[in-house]
Amino acid sequence: MEFLDSEIWKQLFVYSVANPGDPALLWWAHVVRSVLRLAIGIGFVLTIVPGLIWLERRLLSWWQGRLGPNRVGWQGLAQPIADGIKLFFKEDIIPTNVDKTLYIMAPAVALAPVLYSVTVLPWNGSPDWGAVAPGLNIGILFLLAVASIEVYGVILAGWSSNNKYSLLGGLRASSQVISYELGMGLSIIAVLLMLGTLGTQAMVQGYPFDEAGREVYLKVGDVLYNGQGVIEAKNLVRGSAESGYSVYKHAPTSGFWDWTFLRLFPFGLIAAITYLISMVAETNRAPFDLPEAETELVAGFHTEYSSMKFAMFFMGEYANMLIVSAIAITLFFGGWLAPWGGLSQLPEPMWTILPPFLVTTINALIAGFWFGIKLFLLICFFILMRASLPRLRYDMLMKFGWKGLLPLGLVNLLLIAISMAVQHRIDPTGTAIGRPSLTAWWSGQLTALGVGGVLALVLLAAKAAQYRARRATAAETAIAPIRRAPVATPTAPSAPSEI
Amino acid sequence: MGVVAIGLAAVLVVLSWVLGPRRPTPQKLAPYECGVTPIGSARERFPIKFYLIAMLFIVFDIETVFLYPWAVIYKSSGSMMLFNLAEMAVFIGILFVGYVYVWRRGAFEWD
Repeated sequence: MEFLDSEIWKQLFVYSVANPGDPALLWWAHVVRSVLRLAIGIGFVLTIVPGLIWLERRLLSWWQGRLGPNRVGWQGLAQPIADGIKLFFKEDIIPTNVDKTLYIMAPAVALAPVLYSVTVLPWNGSPDWGAVAPGLNIGILFLLAVASIEVYGVILAGWSSNNKYSLLGGLRASSQVISYELGMGLSIIAVLLMLGTLGTQAMVQGYPFDEAGREVYLKVGDVLYNGQGVIEAKNLVRGSAESGYSVYKHAPTSGFWDWTFLRLFPFGLIAAITYLISMVAETNRAPFDLPEAETELVAGFHTEYSSMKFAMFFMGEYANMLIVSAIAITLFFGGWLAPWGGLSQLPEPMWTILPPFLVTTINALIAGFWFGIKLFLLICFFILMRASLPRLRYDMLMKFGWKGLLPLGLVNLLLIAISMAVQHRIDPTGTAIGRPSLTAWWSGQLTALGVGGVLALVLLAAKAAQYRARRATAAETAIAPIRRAPVATPTAPSAPSEI
Repeated sequence: MGVVAIGLAAVLVVLSWVLGPRRPTPQKLAPYECGVTPIGSARERFPIKFYLIAMLFIVFDIETVFLYPWAVIYKSSGSMMLFNLAEMAVFIGILFVGYVYVWRRGAFEWD
C-alpha cells in the first residue's frame, strides 16, 4: 500500500480544505476533486432517474393489481434504459409552423437547470466531498434561482409547438408552478428563520459562530445545536490532535426530534406540510398534474415532442422530483442524519483504530445511506399520491394555492418569528446557542399560538359576518320563486336558497 | 456543473437528431389535434386569468425575496430581534392589505 503514503494520493483524497494543519491543496488537486464530485453528482441523477421510472411503474402496477415491466433485465430493471435507447433511434419530428429555435431549445431549457441544481444538494457533511459544491454558503438561494428557470422550458415548449393543447398545457403548467412557488418559498423561509443559514450543509449539521452570529471556523470542543442534530467537534481521527484537525461527531443524544419539522411544534410541521404539498405541485405530479391531464389536453405542453426531446421532458420531470425531495430532506427531515444520532456515523472507538481516510469514507457512505433511504421514502410518497388521489380541478388548484397555502405560509412565518423573539427575550444566552430553556420555549410557543388563535378567531368572525351579509342580501334581492301554473299544494314561498 | 448540465442537454438534442431516421410526410408534420385536420392557428388569444396570475406572482415573489435576507439574519440579530420582528410585521401587514384587496376584487376566483 505504498501509494497511500504518496503525496499525490494525499493531495487528492486525504488532505481536507477545512483542516488548518494540512498543506494547501494544489491546483490540479482542486481540479481532480471537482471533476470527481461532479461525476458523483451527475452520475447519481442519471442512474437514479431510470431507476425511478422503473420504481414508479412497478409500484403503480403492484397497487393496481397488474405486473408492470418485468421482462428486460432483472425484474424489468433495464426497461427504462431500453426505452431510452429506443427513443434515441426514433424519428425526431419537427412539425410545420413551429418556432424552430424555441422548439428545439425548450427541452434543453427544461432539463439543464434541473441537472444544474444538483450542485448544492448535500449528501454528507464532509467539507471536501459533501456535495458537488460543498460548503457553498448561499446554497438554498442558488437552488431557488436555478430551479425556477425550469418553467421557461415548459412555457417555451407550450408556445412554440403551434398546437392548442400544448399552448393550454404550457400556460396551465407555468401558472401552476409560479403559484405554488410562493407557498414553497414561504415554507423555505420558515426554515431559514429557524436555522439561520442558507448553506445546505450548515442547515443539517449546524455551524460554529461568534457573538455577532457570524459563521466562524470550527474549534475542538464546539458543540453545535443550531443544525438539525447535536454535533460535537472532536479530535477523534488518528493524528488529528497534532494537526489541529477536528471533525463533526454526531452526539448519540440527538435524533429525529431535532429535525426541523418537529421544531417549534406545530409551526415546523406546518411548514413541512406546506412544502410537501407545493413540491408535488411544483413538479406537476398527480394530484396536481393538470398540465398533462390526458383526458383534456392529450399530453399538455409536450404533445408535439417526439424521440429524445420527449424523453428529456420526462427525465427533467423525474430529476426534478428527485431534487425537490432532496431539498425537503435537507430542509425538514435532517438531511443525511440518522433517526438516532448514534447511527449517523461509525461508533466512536472505531475512529481511532481505523486509518483517517477510511473513517471519513465510511462515515460519508453511512450518511449517503441515510440520505438515500429518506429519498426513497419520499419518492414512494410521490408515487403513492399518484396512485391514490384523483386529479384536482383547475380552479380548485389555484384557489388552494392562493387562498390556502399563501396566507397560511405568511402567518406561519410571523408566528415563528414571534415565538423566537419571545424566547430570545426570556433566555438570550440559551437561544443564542440554539438551546432555549424550557420556560422560554413554552412562553414563546404559547404567545405565538395565542396570536395564531386570535387571528383564527378574527378570520372566523369575518367569515361569519360575510356569510350573514350574503344571506341578508340574498333574502332582499331574491326573486320570488317561479310558480308553475297549476299549483298543486299552495304553500308559503320557501326561503330563498343560498346562491 | 452548469457547463456540464447545458452540454448534456445539448448533446441529447443533437444525438437524437443525428441518430433518428427522417421520413416526413405532410400528415406527420401537421399539428396534433387527435387525428382531425387542424382548424385555425394555435397562436390565439388566451384567457386573461393567466396574465393576472403572473402579475400577482411578481408582486408576491418580490415580497418573498425581501423576506430571505431578513429570515437569515433574524436568528442571530440578538437585541435587534424585536425591532426586526416589528419591522417585518409592518411590511407583511401592508402586503396583507393588498392581498385582501386583491382577494375582495375576486382576482383569485377562477370562473
